[in-house]
Formats: sequence, structure tokens, C-alpha cells
Amino acid sequence: MRYLYLLLVVLSASVLFYATLDFPQWGDPNSPASLHVSPVYLQRSLEDTSVPNVVTSVLADYRGYDTMFETTVIFTAGLACFVLLRVFAPKMKDTYYRHIQSGVVLHIKGQTTLLDGSRDFERIDSRWVPADIILKTISRFLIPFIQLFALYVVAHGHHSPGGGFQGGVILGASIILLSISFDLRTGLEKIHERGLGLFSATGVFIYTGIGALCLILGKEFLNYGVLSKILPVDPVMARSLGIFGVEVGVAITVMAVMVSIYNYVSSEGRLDEGL
Amino acid sequence: MGWQIDLLILLMVISCAIAAVEVKDLLATAILFGAYSFLMCLLWAVMGAVDVAFTEASVGAGVSTVFFVGAIYHTRRRTKD
Repeated sequence: MRYLYLLLVVLSASVLFYATLDFPQWGDPNSPASLHVSPVYLQRSLEDTSVPNVVTSVLADYRGYDTMFETTVIFTAGLACFVLLRVFAPKMKDTYYRHIQSGVVLHIKGQTTLLDGSRDFERIDSRWVPADIILKTISRFLIPFIQLFALYVVAHGHHSPGGGFQGGVILGASIILLSISFDLRTGLEKIHERGLGLFSATGVFIYTGIGALCLILGKEFLNYGVLSKILPVDPVMARSLGIFGVEVGVAITVMAVMVSIYNYVSSEGRLDEGL
Repeated sequence: MGWQIDLLILLMVISCAIAAVEVKDLLATAILFGAYSFLMCLLWAVMGAVDVAFTEASVGAGVSTVFFVGAIYHTRRRTKD
């Protein structure tokens, strides 16, 4: 039976390899895609959209709807994770506190918030891991730089590679790094669950709001140039600012959704203690 | 010089993919998926698709590996078969 499967795999792989023989060579100037589609975008994108980077002009302008619904898909993914994974009934676990100065661990039967505000005790997870000072110090140093880089990727996205998705993921990853290197509660203190939900909806709202604003001002949906009517800049700059606003919306949604998916997955949906 | 690098990365991608399926330890599979994504990212960068490479590096190699590890944390690490 195993050999039958292997035979099937080899057979379909050889069919696929045979099909690739019909493909045009990589970078072939005479391939169909390079003859009809690409030259139009390459030649007309600057006069159509006034965006210096062709990738951005396709992503945010020619295919603006596409990116908008991608953002909605990300938002829906976060919503699905919330619906599927979130558990509100608390599991009756024991609670552990560590006395910070002596390192003595208190094991309290059952769930309690008795010592949560205390300055002498810190709550630790039931699957105890040693307090790693190197890990914590390094991530405390790294996280601001990661976030700064993420903001650069978002803000510089329409001139260089990058943009809302990548910047949002890096921004989310910095918060996930905080949750991993300290614990989940530290991450949730910085940005709690309700905030994450609010942010993931806000990003989609910013994107569609900018589109609707263009509609209200009398042009097509997501035709950013018309924003110059309410901004004190010329249409070219208004396009740049409109795309920037859209990218910020994407980044906010992606950041919030990535962090909340991590929170739900790593804590089995209880958001009490995680990885 | 170009095609040798391509071929080397492609061979490493394929060996990563096969190893990720064959290996018994789930955490090792997650790390191998991360390595696979990172090598794919190199391949995109060699082909000049820098935006795709950037996305692959941040989403594929970065965050999805963390999601896998977070999910594996709540399972037993070795499969039964």
C-alpha cells in the first residue's frame, strides 16, 4: 500500500514537471505576462498613480480592493480564532507565587488573586521555567528597536519593499517576543484583549474609511487624489498620504490579529498563563 | 554563479520539506518549517521578488513558527506512529 502511494506521488510529480516544460523561461521578455500586462503597469503607473514604487501602485491603487479584502480576511481570521479558541470558564488550576528576593515559591491550592498586587511576590506559571535574566534583558533591549524597524517598514513602504502587512507582522512579533520572554500576563498588561479586538477592527475601519471618504468627496472608492480637497496638499501628495493611511490601517489590523492569535493558541484560549 | 546558488538553495528546500514530513518530533517539524520558509525567502530574494521575500521572512519564518511552537506546547511532542 505504501508503495502504491509512493507511485502516485512520483507519477503526479512527473506530470507536474512535464507541465513546467511548457512554461516560458524565467524573465523571458516574450512570455505572455511580459507582453500584455507588465508593460502597461510599468509605463503608466507613474502618470496614473504618481507612486514611485510600481509594487505599491499595484498593491494599494490598481488592486486597492484586493488589499482591502485581504485585510478583512485577516480580521476574519482573528475573529474565527476568538470564536473557536476563546474559553471563558476558568480552569481550576493551582496558583504559584515566587518571593522575588528569596526565590521561595508559594504553591496555593486553587485559583486566587491574593498576592497579585504585591511588590514582594510575582505570579509564575504552573509549568515553571527559571527566571532567565539574560533572555529578559536582551529582549527588553531588542523590542524598542524591533518596533522602530516595524514603524519604518510601514512608513517607508511605498518607496521600498515592505508595507502594512510586513510592518504589522513585525510589530506583532515584538509584542509576542515580550509575551514569550517574560510571560503572557506581561504582554497582556501592555495590550489587553479588548484593546487587541478594538485595534483589529480599527485597522479595517481606517482602510474602508479612507475609501469611503474619497467616495464622499465625489470620486471613485479609494481614488486617493481627491483627498487634496480636505488636506492642504496637492493631489500627488494626497495620493501618497492616502496610501500611507491605508498601510497604517493594514498594519494595525495585522498587528492586533497576530498578537491575539498567539495569545489564544498559547494559552488554550484562557489567557491566564501561556508559553 | 547564479544558478549554482539557486540549485543549492532549492536542494536545501527540498531536503527541509522531506525532513519536516519524516521527522517524528513535532517541535523539530516546526523548526524545519521555519528553515524551509527562510530558504524560500532567500530564493525569492535571488529572483528579485523582494516584497514577497520580506513577507515570507516575517510571516512564514517568523510568526507562523511561533504559532506552531505555541500549539505544540499544548500537545505531546512525539507522534504515536
